Amino acid sequence: MMDKAANQQQLAVPPRPSASPTQNQPLLEVRHLQKFFPIRNKGLTSRIVGHVRAVDDVNFSLLPGQTLGLVGESGCGKTTTGRAILRAIDPTAGSIMFRPDGQPPVDLAALSHAQLKPLRTKMQMIFQDPFSSLNPRMTIGDIVAEPLIIHRLARGSERADLVAAMLRKVGLNPEHANRYPHAFSGGQRQRVGIARALIMNPSLVIADEAVSALDVSVQAQIINLLQDLQQELNLTLLFIAHDLSVVRHLCDQVAVMYAGRIVEVADTQTLFASPHHPYTKALLSAVPDADPDVPMNFDLAGEVADPANLPSGCAFHPRCPAASPDCRSNVPELDEVSPGHQSSCHRC
Amino acid sequence: MSEAHPKLLEVQDLQTHFMSDEGPLRAVDGVTFSLTRGKTLAIVGESGCGKSVTSYSILRLIQPPGRIVGGQILLHEEDGTTVDMASLDTRDERLYRIRGGVASMIFQEPMTALSPVHTIGNQITEAILLHRKVSRRQADSLAAEMLTKVGIPTAAERLARYPHELSGGMRQRVVIAMALVCRPQLLIADEPTTALDVTIQAQILRLMRDLQAEMGMSMLLITHNLGVVAQMADEVAVMYLGRIVEQGLVREVLKRPRHPYTKCLLRSLPALSSHRQRLPSIRGSVPALHEIPPGCSFHPRCPSFAAGRCDTEIPSRIQTCAGHHVACHLAEVDR
Repeated sequence: MMDKAANQQQLAVPPRPSASPTQNQPLLEVRHLQKFFPIRNKGLTSRIVGHVRAVDDVNFSLLPGQTLGLVGESGCGKTTTGRAILRAIDPTAGSIMFRPDGQPPVDLAALSHAQLKPLRTKMQMIFQDPFSSLNPRMTIGDIVAEPLIIHRLARGSERADLVAAMLRKVGLNPEHANRYPHAFSGGQRQRVGIARALIMNPSLVIADEAVSALDVSVQAQIINLLQDLQQELNLTLLFIAHDLSVVRHLCDQVAVMYAGRIVEVADTQTLFASPHHPYTKALLSAVPDADPDVPMNFDLAGEVADPANLPSGCAFHPRCPAASPDCRSNVPELDEVSPGHQSSCHRC
Repeated sequence: MSEAHPKLLEVQDLQTHFMSDEGPLRAVDGVTFSLTRGKTLAIVGESGCGKSVTSYSILRLIQPPGRIVGGQILLHEEDGTTVDMASLDTRDERLYRIRGGVASMIFQEPMTALSPVHTIGNQITEAILLHRKVSRRQADSLAAEMLTKVGIPTAAERLARYPHELSGGMRQRVVIAMALVCRPQLLIADEPTTALDVTIQAQILRLMRDLQAEMGMSMLLITHNLGVVAQMADEVAVMYLGRIVEQGLVREVLKRPRHPYTKCLLRSLPALSSHRQRLPSIRGSVPALHEIPPGCSFHPRCPSFAAGRCDTEIPSRIQTCAGHHVACHLAEVDR
């Protein structure tokens, strides 16, 4: 039963070449991505009076099979970045080069919605809240089958077999496929959300705070599941989160965002062992350690910059302990600190 | 001060149940703990363990169909009098004197804890005017003084502002100012930083610690975050399905946990295990309150469960070393 389903899944989506010359080329390459939201005058004219610079010149690339963690506090633009990549919202400027399965690269930012549709099977999203991201009026079997119906990939018993195999893969009992989401716990619902994202056999999965709403014991189960599935299906993961310990555990690379920009990017070990940017340092020191003998050594005043009214120069300068006049006037570039480690700071 | 009881709060065998179609839901089922004057006790656990219901019970904020069905909540005031909060009538004037005066509370969500249609000045002075005999003008200056103390710049001007004009971190500072303006002896903080970003959380935790040192109040901290427990509390009680499973000094409990649930909880934290290895998780999920397993309620998820004992007998509380209590049949063997 399972083998048949697995075979059919292979038929529905051609297998990925295991060792191809494209292996070392990034699956996703984001260049100068911008997303501005207009602020309109409240009067009759609804004239645009300014912009919320939610994402401003974001650059990164992601190799196949890797996990990039996008971290930052609320309003830093991490979710907007994820949504712009999937074209759930249209970016203001920039390019998003996507190379699924060794196919020639396409710029997602330049495609029309009709041109995007076939590519949507290759990129999927897992959402934060397992309570609001599942339709309460659909059975979990229908929820997981819906992408197959929309993209006309499988029908009849073939579809049912694929759904059953997928549910089993995420650790749910396929016999429960005709139950509704309310009958499941938070962790089980998140498994349904993962099954829905993976049934298309995507290359790129964007997980937006996928484990944030879960209790610690259940969170560990879902993290393990994501890791297993990533290995098994060779998934490339953009993991958007605010919890640094989860990111540290799960990601190969980490990009730290502040006020719409990436301020530092490095492989996980390097970033946590030797953070470079003052904001990254502050962020790491703000996490309360579960060891009472490791005292919290946090000293950062002020609040996150308002993306509708950004400070001049480096957006972090009003809070930065090392700010200089240069920081007030010039926006720092993302410069290489060491191979693979970039940071945007005038002072370091 | 000399006649004051060394304990500020003693909760004995507290039971708070919610009446439902499936019978009573035992949200809090026999909880016993005490809080020493000037110290911080953290109650930690996952959703549905009863930690919030415990804190709401102490201030008698439980609404029907919830009801305190048993136990005592003894509040020893500074003047030597003792009030059993559990036995007070909901209309008892002592309850009004205590709430917001002797004991106050900080809630998780600062936007819902504040009224959107009143200025923050009015909301803070309301508490002062209810509990102290001062004029409106004196109340205003006390409120401004308190706002300065919680780190809000230009406090006097901010009194005329509405909550929506402030950021999340600033709102939580207002909620703290509101709770502390009458200089309570007991502060109950229910997930005070859960809705905040990490850098703001760090600021608020530090503020709470500084204010506690300055004002000398005792704190009951409700949280799910073991990091917050480690940094803030003197003692900790770990709750699971309405019961305390382990209790003791923070360093003792977090460094040498005795109960399998506490052990699992600590081990499943991503930061403590190494990069990309499998996290030791706890199998299954927390059962619903209407299907609490018999015996030790943790036994279906417990890695070291003993058949015939754990699934039939409710474990009683035993002391493993001074001040460290564990409710587990296997705790002695475990050492």
